[in-house]
Amino acid sequence: MSTSSHFVPDRLQSPLARRLKSWETLLLIVAVAIFIANSFASPYFLNAWNLSDATFNFTEKAMIAFAMALLIISGEIDLSVASIIALASTAMGAAVQMGADTPTIVAIGLAVGLAAGAFNGFLVTGLGLPSIVVTIGTMSLFRGIAYIVLGDQAYRGYPESFAFFGQGYVWWVISFEFVLFAVLAVIYGIVLHKTNFGRAIFAIGNNPTGALFSGIRVARVKFILFLLTGLMAGVAAVCLTSRLGSTRPSIAFGWELEVVTMVVLGGVNILGGSGTIPGVVIAAFVMGLVTFGLGLLNVPGIVMSIVIGALLISVIALPRLWNMVRRP
Amino acid sequence: MLMKSEKSTEAAAVTASTPILALDGITKTFPGVKALSEVSLSLFPGQVTALVGENGAGKSTVVKILTGIYQPTEGHIIVDGEATRFSTAQAAADAGITAIHQETVLFDELSVAENIFLGHAPRGRFGLMDWPEMVRKSRAILDEIGAEIDPSHKLRDLGIANKHLVAIARALSIDARVVIMDEPTAALSHKEIQELYELVEQLKTQGKAILFISHKFDEIFRIADNYTVFRDGQFVGEGRIAEVDNDALVKMMVGREVDNIFPTRTASPGETVLEVDGYEHPTEFADISFSLKKGEILGFYGLVGAGRSEFMQSLFGITKPAGGMVKIDGTAVSIHSPADAVGHGIVYVPEDRGKQGAITPMPIFQNITLPSLARTSRKGFIRLAEEFQLARSFTERLDLRAASLDTPVESLSGGNQQKVVIAKWLATQPKVIILDEPTKGIDIGSKAAVHEFMTELAAQGLAVIMVSSEIPEVLGMSDRIIVMREGRIVAEVDGDDMTPETLVRHAAGIATEAMEG
Repeated sequence: MSTSSHFVPDRLQSPLARRLKSWETLLLIVAVAIFIANSFASPYFLNAWNLSDATFNFTEKAMIAFAMALLIISGEIDLSVASIIALASTAMGAAVQMGADTPTIVAIGLAVGLAAGAFNGFLVTGLGLPSIVVTIGTMSLFRGIAYIVLGDQAYRGYPESFAFFGQGYVWWVISFEFVLFAVLAVIYGIVLHKTNFGRAIFAIGNNPTGALFSGIRVARVKFILFLLTGLMAGVAAVCLTSRLGSTRPSIAFGWELEVVTMVVLGGVNILGGSGTIPGVVIAAFVMGLVTFGLGLLNVPGIVMSIVIGALLISVIALPRLWNMVRRP
Repeated sequence: MLMKSEKSTEAAAVTASTPILALDGITKTFPGVKALSEVSLSLFPGQVTALVGENGAGKSTVVKILTGIYQPTEGHIIVDGEATRFSTAQAAADAGITAIHQETVLFDELSVAENIFLGHAPRGRFGLMDWPEMVRKSRAILDEIGAEIDPSHKLRDLGIANKHLVAIARALSIDARVVIMDEPTAALSHKEIQELYELVEQLKTQGKAILFISHKFDEIFRIADNYTVFRDGQFVGEGRIAEVDNDALVKMMVGREVDNIFPTRTASPGETVLEVDGYEHPTEFADISFSLKKGEILGFYGLVGAGRSEFMQSLFGITKPAGGMVKIDGTAVSIHSPADAVGHGIVYVPEDRGKQGAITPMPIFQNITLPSLARTSRKGFIRLAEEFQLARSFTERLDLRAASLDTPVESLSGGNQQKVVIAKWLATQPKVIILDEPTKGIDIGSKAAVHEFMTELAAQGLAVIMVSSEIPEVLGMSDRIIVMREGRIVAEVDGDDMTPETLVRHAAGIATEAMEG
């Protein structure tokens, strides 16, 4: 028994071969196609400053989408992220009225995000409630607080130095937000795909009971993921508030669905267990390019959401249809 | 009823020349693996055919082909002499084929009657469900098989044995011509198994063809008329069960002689490694105290529901005990989670492999390294080469059969899945390994491999706890046996006291009553 009569190879397929057949490749082709179509459709598209502006369509949402991808892979979801932005932005605005300086404002934004994430995480992992119900509840709760505080008013008067996060450029057309997006993409990619923590996320998403029986601290991992998602909503709140220069209670309204769309479009299984950060990054570009291209063509916003919806359904349906054709 | 069935067997033997259902030259390939290679199988009316083979022999694949879940890559399915295809599970059901699986798919939240008639419920006017008719028919079928179950109860409220009876009732409700029974007795008590035998006789008298899959030889010889043997996805032989004996069948299955099922070993227990004192739980178990030495195999025997698994899972940190103390190497430890237990060197191989034991959609190597990632990584960063190396060293020790270490665990046979779970825990270099029904539902060859491996582990100084409901296994493997009944330890036996009679008497509570009387 100690010597094997059957040799078992490590892999049958190289990781590269697998990647070439993957969802990400399909998405990348879609992204390139949209890019080319846009450059033909509008003479203003291939302009460095226009393209730079276009990145603001997705950078803030994508920051949340990275953390959301991890959360969804683990089998949970957070639908309160847009409301966390509203709450964090309101807290920052209130701090401004009390004369807070820029570092304090940022710290408050991030702290509110973390606190909201901790609250969601406690309700889900501490009390064992389903995350979809919990975060639908906190979605109303968090934004409700913003409405109570602000009513139909708005907070303004953010210090000039605060504007850097949403309006500043690091070099030429490269915005601070874009750099932050890129850095976070790399960090989240490494965390998910190259660390023990990332492996635990996949294990939990595929079989939470099996993961628990394998000695993984399931509740702790999930709690950390809710914290991270809250924190990223806080980061997005800083960037968005800085970009807009004001806080209204309706800020980032409906973003939770766009973030989830981005994650699912990126190939993350909505039921948990599989997905990649590169996929989410490409999906962010796809969504950004589509909205920007349609914007250049003066297509109204409501049509844009139809296009995004159709894109999501078709990209999800394609591989399944492909499988049906291949295996009748 | 028995007399009736004997008559019918004679009658059946006359018409037995044409099988109701036959497989001819069936090959099934999966990416990288040939699960079946040109196998044949014939099922005759009014006869029971036993399909025997080790885990990985291809039995489950055959069942899935017969029930339309898999399509054969090559070969024919022949129904009443005509080649056909089951392109869907429904097509197989329409051809009168039904299966009672190892883990039958039933629905906890539906009523017994709904479970029986799901998919073919009697319809009334406007195509609406005819509920009273459904309940009436369910009651008739349940009466027929002697099951005292109320058809309007939720399935959730039934015990595991009654759920099996519902599955059987469901099979009968389809008015099947071919009934496939895949390990039907795995969860049944002795009495229920006898009732199942009667039921099988009854099905025979009705002229149904039965494919009976079991690892228990006494059952096969008790109930089967014919046998078919597979080995490594290939057809090895078939014939009348009356014309073979135990040894010949085993030899066909494993391709070698198995003279001694249990390895001989000389136990030389070392220092005490685990001490449990006064472990208790509000409902499942109470007052559990024992100790375990290095190199010792301690058997836990009892009837199903005696609280053995519940206690083991509590010791492993899954459920919180109400009180009690655990010492490892003489030091009291607190275990609040499986992570704590693994940290203290206690690992648990659960009975439910698919749900608790492995994360089946993930690759083999990732399953094996999951609890050992701290060792194969640097500062929390994964090192794939070291992971493969660790996984390889343990899969080779256990002689795992797989297409590659990167394939998902769900593609493996039950025996090989169990090897992955055991490999996963050995890789953590534990002090105490708890094996919960380690050979349940796996074939003789894999069983022997697991037993031999347990012996090897004990010889290397690992303390082994084995929960088993199979008396030969408990007696053959253990140095010492603890018997549990109704959540309490009722006896601890070793040496010459380890006899089947003592175990059964203690487990059933006969010994105490006799003493009191």
